[in-house]
Order: sequence, then C-alpha cells, then structure tokens
Amino acid sequence: MQKMTSCCVDVCNTNAEKSSPFPDRNKALTITSWRTAASPIRCLKPGIDQVQIPSAILTLVIGMALALGGLWIGQNINLLPIDASANAPIYDELFKVLFTIGSILFVGIVGLLVFSLIRFRRRSGQLGDGLAIEGNLPLEIFWTAVPAVVVLFVGLYSYDIYDRMGGMVPLAHDHMGGAHEEQIWGGISSGSIESAAATNVLPVEVTAMQFAFLFHYPEGDITSGELHVPADRPITLRMEAKDVIHAFWVPEFRLKQDIIPGQPTQLSFTPTRTGRYPIVCAELCGPYHGGMRSTVVVESPEDWDSWYGQNAKAAPEEETLTIANA
Amino acid sequence: MTTTVPIKEQEHSHGEHAGHPDHRMFGLATFLVADAMTFAGFFAAYLTFKAVNPLPDGAIYELELPLPILNTVLLLVSSATFHRAGQAIRQDDHGRCRRWLLITAGLGMAFLVSQMVEYFTLPFGLTDNLYASTFFAATGFHGLHVTLGALMTLIVWWQARQPQGRVTAADHFPLEAAELYWHFVDGIWVILFVILYLL
Amino acid sequence: MTISLPPETSSPPRLQPSGWLRYFSFSVDHKVIGLQYLVCGFVFYLIGGALAGAIRTELTSPVSDFMARDVYNQVLTLHGTVMIFLWIVPVVNGAFGNYLIPFYVGARDMAFPRLNAVAFWLIPPAGLMLITSYFLTGAAQSGWTAYPPLSITTPATGQIIWILSVLLLGGSSIFGGINFIATILKLRRPGLKLMQLPMYCWAMLGTSILVVLSTPVLAGTLVLLSFDIVAHTGFFNPTLGGNVVVYQHLFWFYSHPAVYIMVLPAFGLVSEILPVHARKPLFGYVTMVYSIMAIVVLGLIVWAHHMFTSGTPPWMRLFFTIATAFIAVPTGIKFFNWLATLWGGRISLNSAMLFSCGFIVNFVLGGITGVALAQVPFDIHVHDTYFVVAHFHYIVFGGSVFVIFASVYHWYPKFTGRMLNEDLGRLHCALTFIGFNLCFGPQHWLGLNGMPRRVAEYDPQFTLINQISSVGALLMAISTLPFLWNVIHSALNGPVAGDNPWKALTPEWLTSSPPPVENWIGEAPLVEEPYGYGVPPGELDLSAASGRDLWSSGK
Ligand code: HEA
Ligand code: HEA
Ligand code: CUA
Ligand SMILES: [Cu+2]
Repeated sequence: MQKMTSCCVDVCNTNAEKSSPFPDRNKALTITSWRTAASPIRCLKPGIDQVQIPSAILTLVIGMALALGGLWIGQNINLLPIDASANAPIYDELFKVLFTIGSILFVGIVGLLVFSLIRFRRRSGQLGDGLAIEGNLPLEIFWTAVPAVVVLFVGLYSYDIYDRMGGMVPLAHDHMGGAHEEQIWGGISSGSIESAAATNVLPVEVTAMQFAFLFHYPEGDITSGELHVPADRPITLRMEAKDVIHAFWVPEFRLKQDIIPGQPTQLSFTPTRTGRYPIVCAELCGPYHGGMRSTVVVESPEDWDSWYGQNAKAAPEEETLTIANA
Repeated sequence: MTTTVPIKEQEHSHGEHAGHPDHRMFGLATFLVADAMTFAGFFAAYLTFKAVNPLPDGAIYELELPLPILNTVLLLVSSATFHRAGQAIRQDDHGRCRRWLLITAGLGMAFLVSQMVEYFTLPFGLTDNLYASTFFAATGFHGLHVTLGALMTLIVWWQARQPQGRVTAADHFPLEAAELYWHFVDGIWVILFVILYLL
Repeated sequence: MTISLPPETSSPPRLQPSGWLRYFSFSVDHKVIGLQYLVCGFVFYLIGGALAGAIRTELTSPVSDFMARDVYNQVLTLHGTVMIFLWIVPVVNGAFGNYLIPFYVGARDMAFPRLNAVAFWLIPPAGLMLITSYFLTGAAQSGWTAYPPLSITTPATGQIIWILSVLLLGGSSIFGGINFIATILKLRRPGLKLMQLPMYCWAMLGTSILVVLSTPVLAGTLVLLSFDIVAHTGFFNPTLGGNVVVYQHLFWFYSHPAVYIMVLPAFGLVSEILPVHARKPLFGYVTMVYSIMAIVVLGLIVWAHHMFTSGTPPWMRLFFTIATAFIAVPTGIKFFNWLATLWGGRISLNSAMLFSCGFIVNFVLGGITGVALAQVPFDIHVHDTYFVVAHFHYIVFGGSVFVIFASVYHWYPKFTGRMLNEDLGRLHCALTFIGFNLCFGPQHWLGLNGMPRRVAEYDPQFTLINQISSVGALLMAISTLPFLWNVIHSALNGPVAGDNPWKALTPEWLTSSPPPVENWIGEAPLVEEPYGYGVPPGELDLSAASGRDLWSSGK
C-alpha cells in the first residue's frame, strides 16, 4: 500500500493499477485527461488519447473564455465614483487590472468547484470511493508558480502605479515655514506628477479636530470650513490633528491620509474636474465620527481666483457668508 | 508493520517517571518563548520611540551605570548559584542544594532592593516623559519576574527540606522549572541592560 | 493500511464527573472541554449576532435614529470583540482543537489537562465582564482595534474592562496554544510519525506557534495602554510626547497573525471534512503541510498592511505589500489542493460538504479582495471603508463561520451519537449562503463609493444598498433557526448514528460515538494513513458498520 507521505503519485500508473477494478471507467478517463491538460507529462495509454485532445482544447477554450470574460468585466463594469484628481485615473487603471485578475480567478475557481460538485456527486445507489490519487508534483508546481507570478506582477505593477501617483517621491520640504527639524510624515506627494510646476503649489493647512476640518490658506490668511481649490493646480495639504486620529478622504480623488496627532502630515494632489466632492473623515474619532464631513470645491482657476480675492483680506465672520454664497 | 506500544504511561503529565520526556518542562519552555515576546514588544516600542521621538527640551532622562552593573553581576552570579543547587540535588545532597537555593533567592532579593534604590534615586518619574515611562515599564515588568522567581526559589527551598519530598534526586521538576525560569529572567535582564542602559 | 488493534486489555477508566453536569464542571476531559468551548462560543455568537443585528438596524436609515451615536460605537466595538475573541478564536482553536487533537495524536487527553480546563474557564468570566460593562458603565467605544488617543480619551471604565477581558482571553489563548504544541509534538502515540498526522494537527501546530509568538505582544501593548489610561503615562499619548503609531504596529503585530489564528484551524477542519465526503485522499498532503508553515512565517511579517495610510515610510509599504500579497501563494496551494481532492471523487452533497464548498467560494472572494487591499495605492482609497468590512466578513464569516457549521454537521454524530437532519442542514446552508452574500457583497460597492466604516450616519445616497445589506443580515439571523432546532431536536430524537456513520478513517471515528472517557477502550489505534480512501473495493470493506469492524476486517 502506498504511504501517505508520498505526495507525488504517478497518475498514469495509478490509473492503470487502480482503475481496473473500479466499476465506473469513465471517471478514470476524466481524471487522466484533466491532468494532462494542465501538466506537460502525457499518459501514453492507448484508448485514453482520444479523450485527451478534445479535453485539452476544451480547457484552452474555457481558459480563453475566462480571460476574455474577465477582461470584459474589468473594462466595462465600473464600480468607482467619477475621478476628479490627477491620480484618480491612474488609480482606476490599477483597479481595472485587479478587477480583471480577480474576476478570472474567482469565476474560474468557482466554476471548477461547481462543475466538480455536479459531475462527481454521489448518485443514489452508488457505493465505494473515488480514485486514490494522493498528489501530483507537476500540478503542485504549476499552481504554486502561477499565483506567484500573478502576485509578483500585481505587486510590481501597483508599485509603478503608486510611484506615478506620487507616493514614492520624497516629500517636499517644509516650505510653509515653521520648525525645520520637525519631521513631516508621508502621504502622497505631487512631486512626480508635476515636478516642473512644483513652484506653483498652493499650500493649505488642514486642522482636524473632533468633529470638523478647518482649512487655512497661509498666503491669504483665509480660514474656511470648506476646501476651495483651483482645478489643475497642485495642492499641498499640511495636516495636523488636535485631539485624536482623523483621516482625510476624498473618494473622487482616491486619496486618503490619516491625520495623526503629534505627526504633521503632508498630502498633495492635483484636482482636475470642477465640482463639489465630499471630504470624509475615515478614522473612528468619537461619537460624531460619521458626521465629520466637509466639502472640497474644485473651481475653475478664474472662479477660484475671485473666491480667493474676495476672502483674502476678509475677516473670518464675513468669510463664512461668502462661502455660503459660493 | 504493526506496532502496539502501551501509551498508558505517557498520558497525564503529572506523575511522570524518569525516562519519559517531561512535557511540563517543554510546556514551560514554550511559555517562556511567549513571555520573551512580551519583552520583545516592550523593547521594540522603546527602540522605536528612541528612533522617532526625540526628547522634548528640558526633559530629563539620564541613567547611571554603577547600580545596573551591580544588578547584572548579582543576577549572573545568582544564575550560577542556582545551577549549583541543581547539581547538588542530582547528587542527592539536599543540604547543599538548599544552601545554594537560599543564596540564589538572597541574590534575587538583593537585586530587587538595588533596583528599588535605583528607582528612588533616578532624576525622573514614571510619567515624566516617554523614555522614562518605557524604562519603568520594562524594568518593572522584569522586576515582577524577579520577584516571582525569588518566591519560586524559596518554595523549592521549602519543598527540598526532606529527602522524600517533592524535590528529590530522581524527580526534581520544581527545581528544574524554577531554574529554567531563573536563567530566562537573567537572560532577559542582560538584553534589557544592553538596550536600556548601554544603547 | 496498517492498523493494529491490541487485545482488549481494559484499563479501569479514570474517574471523571459524569452526566450533563460535567459540562458545567472543572472537567479535565478534553472532549468535555471541547464541547464547553463550542457551546460557550456559540452563545457568544448569538450575542455577537444580536449586536450585528443592532448595527444593521441602525444602518437601515442614513441618520442616527435607532441608537445614540456613542452607543453605536459601543455596539460595534462589542460586536467585533465578541465575534473575534469569544467566538471564532475559542471555537476553531479551543473547541475543535481540544476535541480532535488528542484523538489525532493517539493520546488519552491533552498534555496538560488542568491547564486546559483553566484556559477554558477564563473565557466565560472574561466574556461576561465584557458584556456586562455595557450595562453597568458603558462599554468601550473605540472599536476592536482600540486605537489611542481615542481609547485614552473615551470613558475610561469601559475601556479598562475591555482591556482586562481581552487580556484574560489572550491568556486563555496562550495556555491553549502551549497545550496544543506540547500535545502534538510530545504526546504522539509511539509509532505515529509527524507526516502521518491528520492535517488539522498541522494547522493547529501552525496556529499555536502564531498564538505563542504574537498574543503576548498584544498583552504587553494593552498593559501599556491601560497605564496610559489609569496612570497617565504617555506611551501612546501625543500630548505627553507619545507615539500613537507605535501602538498600531504593536497591535497589528498580534492582530494580523490573529486573522490566521482564526482561519488556519478552519483550513485544517476543511482538510478533514472534504476527503471523507468526497471519498478521496487529501490531495498533496506534503505541500499542504509546507503551505501552512509558509502562512505562519509570512503571517508574522505583514502586519503593517493595516497602516498604509498611517504615514509609514515608502520602503516599508513596498515590503509589506509584497509580503502580504505573497500569502496568496501558499493559501492558493491549499485551495487548489482541495479542488483536486474533490475532482473525481464520489461527493456526497450533504450539509458538511455544502458548507465547506460555501467556504471555498466565500474565502476565495475574500482572499482576492485581500490581495487587492494589500496593494498600497488601492488600499489608500478603500482603507477604513466598507470595502474592508466586506473583505473581512467574507473571510471570517464566509470562511471561518461556514467551516464551523460544516464541522458541526460533520462531527455532530461523534459528539452525540446521533445524526442531524440533512434537509434542515441544507436549508440552513442555503439561507446562510444567500443571506451572507446579500449582506456583504454590496458592501464592496459601498466602500468603493465613499462610505466609511464605523459610522452611525451616512450619505443618503447609500440608503438602498444599506437596506439590501440589512435584509441579508436578517436572512442570516433567520438561518440560525433551523440550525438551532436541528441541533437541539436531534440531540434528543435524532436517528442513532452508529460509531462511524461517514465511514471515515481518522482516529476519532475508530471508537464509539460518543467516545468513552479515555477515548478508546484498550489501546489507541495507530492510523498511518488518515486519508486512505479510494482504495479499490475488495481490499477494504467499506460497508462495514463501524470503524472498529472496518479496521479489523482486513486483518
Ligand atoms: C480570518 C481572517 C482574515 C484572513 C484569513 C485574511 C486574509 C487576508 N487579508 Fe485581511 N483582514 C481581516 C481578516 C482576515 N484577512 C480583518 C478582520 C481585517 C480588518 C481589520 C480591521 O481593520 O478591523 C482585514 C484587513 C485587511 C487589510 C487591511 C485593509 C485596510 O484596513 O485598509 C489587508 C491589506 O492588505 C488585508 C489583506 C489580506 C490578505 C492579502 C489576505 C490573504 O491571506 C488572503 C489569501 C487568500 C487568497 C488570495 C485566496 C485563495 C488563493 C488563490 C485562489 C490563489 C490565487 C490567487 C491570487 C493569485 C490572488 N486584510
Ligand atoms: C469575527 C467574526 C465576525 C462575524 C461572524 C461577524 C458577523 C456579522 N457582522 Fe461583523 N464585524 C466583525 C467581525 C465579525 N462580524 C469585526 C471584527 C468588525 C469590526 C468592528 C470594528 O470596527 O471595531 C465587524 C463590524 C461589522 C460591521 C461594520 C460596523 C461599522 O463599521 O460601522 C457590520 C455592518 O454591517 C457588521 C455586520 C455583521 C453581520 C450582519 C454579521 C452576521 O453575519 C451575524 C449573523 C449572526 C446572527 C444574526 C446571529 C443570529 C441570532 C440571533 C439574532 C438571535 C438573537 C440573539 C439573542 C436572543 C441573544 N459587522
Ligand atoms: Cu474624525 Cu472620524
Ligand atoms: Cu492583516
């Protein structure tokens, strides 16, 4: 009798030995053909060959259908809100790739499972066991290698995406004044997206507290409860939390950064599409966490200029009024 | 291949005979791995704090070396004395074993006293700053271990009082367990000493 | 197939309390302790589920109307804590581990029976304490992650009670882990080799290594956190110069491995169930063992993927992305091996099998979203949203809970000597599967489109999807009814199962059902091939009535 520890069993031999006393011969055939389809070793057993080729083709066809179906799903089913920043389309590219790969894997695996459950179900009156196949080394290598390659590809690809979004760029140095030794913590930097336009960056200071965001434009000394930004100009948020951890999230920008007390954090982005988008606090910060929301208003540069001009010298009280009108 | 070996002997862990592996020591060793991970967490926290959280201006965090060096010596010597006690019991010499145990416990308590002296002479308190807090947490947790170890040593000392008691030449699990624990506590101290005082 | 049954030298059974009262006593019998874990865990599951019901009721409308906002936070904190620390971890580890491991290694009990009982009896008081804190002082309200500074600034009593009970539960878990490691490595029946152990033993060995290495770190961290709360130290308090991110690192150093603590044993249980009902050997035993160990090693070095938005440096993100995603490789090996186990089998479509297959479907989806979450740029958008909630419910509920149900259907005849009603079981499975997917499937979309987690009020545009999700939760609640009825009714009136109704080959079936106090009258059998199914008929008489007959007939 075979030992449990021998994982690799030569299926060709196993079939030859074991399927003979087995009542249902069809099963033996299916096993062999399935195995040959997926691994390079071929069984040279006459009589089985006839089943092999069609099933190999079948596998190929199913595989192609899966791949195409996955691609179609990835390209055509959009689960994301509109994109409104320079890095959002880059993010959506990644999402499509992940969605495609995920769909192929999921549909493939579930399909295989459901097929097995139906094809190999025990019919009434059937006694006895299935085939005594304990393992198959080429197959094991195959399904170790494929996910490894996929995962490596996805990892490197998403790193490229992250780099293009500005995640890998060292943060711009504290050009907004303040203590120079102070450590600034990561987020996304706009450096790689517009390194040329880096001088044109609009700095905004964000203060998060229970349960509101406060935006301060140091250059015009404006303080506002809403974030007004001009389209197509890089913005750098310098964020600080007063009490507990909050998170700055704009779903349409595909950006999120925790605002951690004690750690000034910097986040850069370039809005591209005018409109009003929600700013959501994404980190549990107390009972009113769900109500800690604000709005980012992306305006055309002209509109923004006039908003900025109106508010730049205004006192904080009047400014709230202007915002309400805007 | 047909093997039938009686397994009655190896069932419950207590009352084991020599010749059978002692699972309790194995269990204790596993527990000590877990315990070491607790310390590892403290050390990791301390090292990270050191790396990213500079002391604010005016905060005091200074450690003197003489007392901790004395403490290190005390614990290292006590490890040796405990080892002596173990040797003695294997030679069935209960008197010598108990003497060494007593010395070990004494050294452990001397360590605790000296640690207390250090605590009260330090220029900072528990809540003064981040390093201070971590220092007290790590050394305090270790001190708790020493206290426990000294108590265990005294219990073994008590158990070894008669030649037929719980601790005999043939079966001295309590002593072995306490000894392993004691060596562990010493080992942790050495790491702690390096990380907290020398780095 | 080498199995030997010794001559009937009946050693007098050790005295244990008997009758139903033993389930309420400090019994040291591993089977009693296992069932204690199981039933106690299930009670907490109902409590956690009722809390989930409260969450889903609140979320049927976009405003906070069903309960106050801070109560909502208490409820969700309790829900997460109860489900993880009082339901999944004790049941997949404690319950099935205690019941099965001694059988699998051919022992009469665990290595440290009394420690085992202590480990169990830490759980009910800890759980009770946690839940009564809600009624007495208000429970913790900073989520199951208890991130400071929030956990330092919310009402202290609730948070301290939360810390105490998690410490107790962690201690219980560590004691259990030590016991499992010692039992598997040291208490094996002579002649039984490591590579002949049923897969669940390997899963429990891996899990216990994770428990022993990571739980103490959580314990230390929570002690520091409690100092911050009661002694006003500043470890994690930024106003006192502390560093909150260090807490997150330490917390996830435990809590990421904890997710494998919740799922590796479930993997092991599935590996036991599938071969029996597919009548085939477990495919690829050796690679299965290695993949468990690979998951253990990788599981210890991926924790920071929960902190991609916490301002971790880029190199760290790169490392943790790759390491995390690589867990898909060993996990994938296990899934493909299970599929290969099913392929060509004689699959009985009974409740145990259907729940196991439901597990495969749900877990693969949850795993794929997990691999997506591991990608930093992807995670930056969906971190702390309902996408994450969907991910982990697909794994913890669709994975571990489905496996727990499968295991109850599989081992119920062993526990009680009676069969469960299969029709009710399939109904339970169908309702659970539909309700589950209805509840958590749409949450992926919610997360992608802007709904953060842990909120009692949300953007009204999400109302409809939330209501669909709540209907799914209701279905899940309803689906427990046939199960409860089935389990209780069958215990009294179910058809008698016989010793080995599934004609299974693993050692727990080679004794009476329910088993005698020391597992076997006489010698423990030596099972060298726990998955020796599929041998040609004739060599083994599979219509034999019991495992004993089965084994003796061939010799
Ligand atoms: C049992 C519990 C469990 C398990 C097993 C997992 C498994 C995994 N988890 Fe999950 N996770 C949780 C429970 C679990 N998780 C919980 C509770 C949280 C939230 C905590 C909180 O914040 O409250 C969380 C959160 C979480 C995050 C953080 C999200 C965030 O907050 O932003 C991430 C990110 O990387 C992640 C990733 C993964 C990955 C990659 C796996 C992998 O192990 C999955 C591997 C499996 C597969 C991939 C499927 C099978 C494989 C194949 C079929 C092969 C082919 C596949 C490919 C090539 C992709 N999880
Ligand atoms: C580990 C296992 C686990 C399990 C099994 C579940 C099961 C369920 N969970 Fe849970 N969940 C978590 C772990 C788990 N959860 C964690 C860790 C969190 C994060 C917490 C945090 O953010 O800190 C979370 C958070 C969480 C949220 C997000 C809350 C938020 O962020 O605001 C939601 C929302 O839908 C949810 C829903 C559900 C539902 C509907 C179920 C259902 O599947 C439950 C089904 C079961 C039942 C319905 C029981 C049926 C019985 C009865 C109803 C009988 C009545 C009872 C009595 C009479 C006593 N869970
Ligand atoms: Cu601020 Cu949530
Ligand atoms: Cu994780």
